[in-house]
Amino acid sequence: MANWDLSDLEYWDAKIREQAEALGLDCYPQEFEVCNHTDMLAYMAYSGIPSHYPHWSYGKSFEKLKTLYEYGVSGLPYEMVINSNPALAYLMRDNSLCLQILTIAHVYGHNDFFKNNFTFKTTRAEFTLGTFRAHAERVRGYTEDPSIGVDRVESILDAAHALSLQRRRNLAIRKLTPEEERERMLQAAEPAPDPFQRLHRRSEYVQPDLQKLPLNPEEDLLLFIGDHNPYLANWERDLLTIVDDEARYFIPQIETKIMNEGWASWVHREILNAIELPQELHLEFLVRHNQVVRPAPGGLNPYHVGLRLWTDLKRRFDEPTAEEVEEYGAPNMTGMQKLLDARATDRDISFLRRYLGETLMRDLDLFEYEPKGEDLVISKVSDKQGWRDVKEQLLRNVGMAGVPVIRIPPPSPRPSTKLAYGIAPVNYDRMRSKGKAWTAPLRRKTLQRLRRGVARRGSGGLSAPDVRKRVRVRTTGAERPPDPLRAAPRRRCDLSVLAAKRRGPRLSLLSAYGRS
Amino acid sequence: MPISTIFRPFRHSDAERSDRTAGDRLRHRQKIRESIRENIADIIAEESIIGKSRDRVIKVPIRGIREYRFVYGDNTPGVGQGDGGSQPGQVVGKAKGEGQAEGADKAGDRAGVDYYETDVTLEELIDIMFEDLDLPDLERKALRQIEALRMTKRRGYRTVGIRVRLDKHRTVKSRVKRKLAAQRREARGAADARSDESVDPVAAALQELDEQRLDNDGGAQRGDAIEKRFPFHVDDLVYRHITTDVRRESNAVVMCIMDTSGSMDTMKKYLARSFFFLLYQFIATKYRSVEIVFISHHTEAHEVTEEEFFHKGESGGTFISSGYQKALEIIAERYHPSLWNIYAFHCSDGDNFDSDNSTALKAASELANVCNLFGYGEIKPLGSRYYESSMLNIFRRLDADNFQTVLIERKEDIWPSFKAFLAKERVQD
Repeated sequence: MANWDLSDLEYWDAKIREQAEALGLDCYPQEFEVCNHTDMLAYMAYSGIPSHYPHWSYGKSFEKLKTLYEYGVSGLPYEMVINSNPALAYLMRDNSLCLQILTIAHVYGHNDFFKNNFTFKTTRAEFTLGTFRAHAERVRGYTEDPSIGVDRVESILDAAHALSLQRRRNLAIRKLTPEEERERMLQAAEPAPDPFQRLHRRSEYVQPDLQKLPLNPEEDLLLFIGDHNPYLANWERDLLTIVDDEARYFIPQIETKIMNEGWASWVHREILNAIELPQELHLEFLVRHNQVVRPAPGGLNPYHVGLRLWTDLKRRFDEPTAEEVEEYGAPNMTGMQKLLDARATDRDISFLRRYLGETLMRDLDLFEYEPKGEDLVISKVSDKQGWRDVKEQLLRNVGMAGVPVIRIPPPSPRPSTKLAYGIAPVNYDRMRSKGKAWTAPLRRKTLQRLRRGVARRGSGGLSAPDVRKRVRVRTTGAERPPDPLRAAPRRRCDLSVLAAKRRGPRLSLLSAYGRS
Repeated sequence: MPISTIFRPFRHSDAERSDRTAGDRLRHRQKIRESIRENIADIIAEESIIGKSRDRVIKVPIRGIREYRFVYGDNTPGVGQGDGGSQPGQVVGKAKGEGQAEGADKAGDRAGVDYYETDVTLEELIDIMFEDLDLPDLERKALRQIEALRMTKRRGYRTVGIRVRLDKHRTVKSRVKRKLAAQRREARGAADARSDESVDPVAAALQELDEQRLDNDGGAQRGDAIEKRFPFHVDDLVYRHITTDVRRESNAVVMCIMDTSGSMDTMKKYLARSFFFLLYQFIATKYRSVEIVFISHHTEAHEVTEEEFFHKGESGGTFISSGYQKALEIIAERYHPSLWNIYAFHCSDGDNFDSDNSTALKAASELANVCNLFGYGEIKPLGSRYYESSMLNIFRRLDADNFQTVLIERKEDIWPSFKAFLAKERVQD
């Protein structure tokens, strides 16, 4: 049984808060909830959200976590904290006092990050719990509605989950409203003022086509489908919005994994070193801390990489080496100021780009690997020649960069065509073949699946007899970059994939449209 | 700004009460079950389940309950961390599945990449398989012996029971009764206290009670007179009582007749045995006391034990009639058609000795006369159909409603043919 009670936690928490404030952390009010391991597994399955809408995939992930836990394959996280105001964190009842202290300190790090980092500004932390609860109630309502039922709700959710990350990533950039978009189109169509009017032929004013849908390439697939598929019922649109909302909430966490974990680890290390733990607790802390932040050879442990980056950044401002002073000039602020500044204004990509230098990369022994035959083989290491390439490759893999971008391009003009976008679960596994064109049966199976997904939306009217549906799937890759000169096929609207920079990714695009 | 913090202690009651994942887990399992049911033909073809004990665990690939997302392919480079001194060319791991797809048919060392597998015991699998199958056309015969348990008899109400049998209506009613009684008692107590007053105390108290009730009705708007909580008590709970009712159904016997002649090569025997194994498992699962007779024949027929039937190999020529004669003999001896439902199934490669054909046809029609169902499965692994003779042509002359033939060419055919024999709603032509 645990060697602590609540009064111990409160005692240490007071000391930790004192240090946190001394560091300059700025946190939401914090709530800690003590739970047992089953609760913890359940929180993990639902990403820590206390009231979340039901879907079988959470049952699946719970079963998986539980099996792994019970067979001792993986442990449980010491801590789990969600981005909300007040921030909600769970402490596991069976953990030792030292672990609880470490966890509490770590949680304040995350809390501070949630509150201050710019990527989280749009998540509206004070409404987090309420929003999720409202989502849960609505989904349950649809499930219990005798005219809808669990099967139809699931079929929409399954499909929506497949596309949920296909949305705009940088939430700090405001999305234009349709009116603003039209305005810009008109402005862009105006011929630029030409100082040499007499020499040039007068450029002709071309009326922009404002009927196109979308006007500009669109990345918010679920919202777009929800807004523009005329055959969806209201509850179906609502489900799409709910799934999109959740993705929007979680994207900042995907975008700042390394920074966030590194920051929390840095914070707990600083705090625990400062609060004068008794010796036995301190020794245990050293063991636990190193278990968390040790490097994972072959992989990339965000705790480790993050912690090293933050530590190095502080050093660069507090005790810069002579070369650094020569290269960047003398530091204009203290290390701590710099850290607080960076934790507010960066996300993983920018953070790594700005602060991951050659020396640190060599210390971390980062390398780039490539599949060769059956093996993964190191292709470049962080030496004089290679470190920039390795870094570029790393930047291509962190955060949302690991998720393909899919856009719906504006259709080629054809006024008589009505477009209807459907959604379908995509069997991506079957689509991934070896760089070549798919074999015929593979293609057929995938298409069948897509069509079924669309046809299932029959409830919403997509399968109405007067609507002809066609699902089109196409892959592109670096071998065949999208040709900007070739006109898009007529009477079709594709979702195209922007992936030309990557070497040979296999991507699938889909579009479905019906014409009446 | 100082941070404010709250600690919430662990509460046992919360943890016990809420199992928030229960619904989603159940749904997930249902999906697995559906997926298994859809793929049973493949599973039976892929797994050698013959003669395996019922608690053996088999791996079943699950299709259709994966979650899909757009991802980049496995052929993209990644970045990893070494333990110092990494050199170009060093091997750091295995590429996932994809690398092996090219040409080679080798099994990957990561089975989980394309498949999502689950462990099922054979018993569970069999349950799922036989869910909607039944011995067809079971007739009522004299001297019924098969026990069929039915849990349908309702026998009144009890105060103890399991949750699902809680009768909510009656429970609420008994709470209301108890509440009224309690209020009356309270009223009477109040009346006793005022017994010195001249008015009829009970009547006055009751009137007061009525007023109070009216107040409560109106209280919804005012919100001040909230009714005192009157929770359910253990005594209120009423459960439906259900007893098991043993019903006897008709006697039944299943005759398994298998050709074990020399022409039945390993593949054919395997198919035949798989078929009979399914049949055996089916009967053992669904019926408590159906008798099974095993007959194996080449030129002569013998009644054999289950063990011998499934494991012993024999050789020799083929007289199909011998198997049928033996079955008829056994029926005449032990299972009179007026008392027993008789089901006969025969698996053979149909490579019968020519001179036996007419006898076999005659015996078959006799057998069809006494049986509820007589099934003939002809086992012709792909290709062999073209150079071997077939009994299917000969049996075509046999005109009996309860006689069915199927052709089993591959492992995948076993399950459909099995279902064709036993499906609940057989097409009556």
